[in-house]
Amino acid sequence: MSKELIHLNNISKSFDGQMVLDELNLTIHENEFVTLLGPSGCGKTTTLRILGGFTTPDTGTVIFDGKDITNVPPNKRPLNTVFQKYALFTHMTIAENIAFGLKIKKKSRQYIDDKIRYALKLVNLDGYENRMPDSLSGGQQQRIAIARAIVNEPKLLLLDEPLGALDLKLRQEMQYELIRMKNELGITFVYVTHDQEEALTMSDTIVVMNQGYIQQIGSPESIYNEPENAFVADFIGDSNIIPAIMIEDKLVSILGTRFACVDTGFGHNKPVDVVIRPEDVELTSPTDGILQGVVTHLIFKGVHYEMEVMAGGFEWLVHSTVMHPIGQEVGIKVDPFNIQIMNKPESEDEEAVAIDI
Amino acid sequence: MTSKSKWLSAPYVLWSIVFIIIPLGMIVYYGLTDKTGAFTLENIIAITTAGHAKALRLSVLLSLISTLVCFLLAYPLAMILANTKTSKHHFIILIFILPMWMNFLLRTLAWQTLLEKNGVINSVLTFLNLPNLKIINTPAAIVLGMVYNFLPFMILPLYNVLSKIDTNIINAAHDLGAGSVYTFIRIILPLSVPGIISGITMVFVPALTTFVISALLGGSKLLLIGDVIEQEFTRTSNWHLGSGLSIVLMIFIVINMVASAIFDKDGEGSML
Repeated sequence: MSKELIHLNNISKSFDGQMVLDELNLTIHENEFVTLLGPSGCGKTTTLRILGGFTTPDTGTVIFDGKDITNVPPNKRPLNTVFQKYALFTHMTIAENIAFGLKIKKKSRQYIDDKIRYALKLVNLDGYENRMPDSLSGGQQQRIAIARAIVNEPKLLLLDEPLGALDLKLRQEMQYELIRMKNELGITFVYVTHDQEEALTMSDTIVVMNQGYIQQIGSPESIYNEPENAFVADFIGDSNIIPAIMIEDKLVSILGTRFACVDTGFGHNKPVDVVIRPEDVELTSPTDGILQGVVTHLIFKGVHYEMEVMAGGFEWLVHSTVMHPIGQEVGIKVDPFNIQIMNKPESEDEEAVAIDI
Repeated sequence: MTSKSKWLSAPYVLWSIVFIIIPLGMIVYYGLTDKTGAFTLENIIAITTAGHAKALRLSVLLSLISTLVCFLLAYPLAMILANTKTSKHHFIILIFILPMWMNFLLRTLAWQTLLEKNGVINSVLTFLNLPNLKIINTPAAIVLGMVYNFLPFMILPLYNVLSKIDTNIINAAHDLGAGSVYTFIRIILPLSVPGIISGITMVFVPALTTFVISALLGGSKLLLIGDVIEQEFTRTSNWHLGSGLSIVLMIFIVINMVASAIFDKDGEGSML
């Protein structure tokens, strides 16, 4: 992996006695697209604000490129931020907005003009120099906010739910734009979102957070396919989370029925949770299935049908391109690879316990 | 417009005609005629006579000073209020609005009692063996009265625009490398221009036309243009001259209004 750029070291932060971040540790590498993903109030925005310098942590240090920048004010940090609601300077033209940071750095007129042209080209808004921010659409304003940040050539770009205010189609377009820009510029992106799809589409690394703790760090594939706990499994996509008993290595009893799996090292007869993605549940004829059940709900979703199957006392969520009508008896089969075993949390609190990295 | 909504607006049209249009017409009529009813510009030109011109100059000067003092006092306060996120700021705003609930005349009379030669302040100063304050019947007392009475009209529009500035815009300026002073000059000040214009108008116009403050705190020697006009109506009973001078004053105010309309296109600063 490439060089380490940022290290958050034992960061804690509370507001009015409310713990927002608890001893958070996180390493971000050069040229990485890292997404902080979690529900609102999970501490992801606070983490971003600590990186940007807008919030000071109660304890812990922020190491940037080997230097401690914990107490460096935002205007002295070698990074830039794209804010949630664009935060463009409405009394300035687009060109003046983009030039703002460069003028402070006392760059030459020629340099600034070149940079403005380059940045507008990069965000596909050539010729918008003399427009006012108010005359642009939301998507265009957001692209200007990105242009304004990247002309300063930061080593790190922080993005605080930048696509939150855009409609679905535009959001998807902008996701591809961001990936393209990141590859073109070769800078590190730290992206905050609560949208799991956005996180899966764009990231090299996803950091799933909840209640001030990091729940799991990993590539989009590993987060999706091998969630480490029920929170991650539930937050990333639809899933069936079923209480089960690990009988021995590679054998699990789900709802009283034995399923072959691939996980080992959980011990004998240990209570666990299993995660099975709805698209991994195969519906067969009742005789071919390991478990038998009845279809109770059916919705057409476009690409697939979403069905609920009552089997073994559990309502299974199933995605399939083959339609089974309500009331039909079906069998359920799951490929051993698609059964993900997770340790059961020992108490309510532990559901949110920090995971060592 | 439907005929129904036309009828609904009738009371307001009537109100405007009786209490705004007709009085204005009468002022213009009196201002442009002499006692015989013949057309004349003399009442307008009368502003150039030494006494009137002096009163107008003093009025403009004191109003400008008061407006400036109000601005310098109100801006930092409005910024503090806008940045106070807790419920405290409602209380602080209330403190500054509270005097406005009392009678204007009463407040000014109170200052007279406080500032008098043998008034409250000087009694206390004498008691403490400190030199006495001699500002009653000076321009300083008038400015003090104006600032005291009109300060809330400066604070409110400023607070209104400053509290609407998204903190992320200020954060963005810092993020792009701007220090506090640069951010203030390039971002906060320009974004608050509508409030500044509105505040200036709301302080400057009443300060320019006041005659109560100068009569109570400025003594009989210091005449503002408002006092001159008042005297023409009440003492000399020369309605023609009084109206003529009023028209001149109105022209000054219209210029001020037009200037604010140009700057405050969105009406962002308007508050009351």
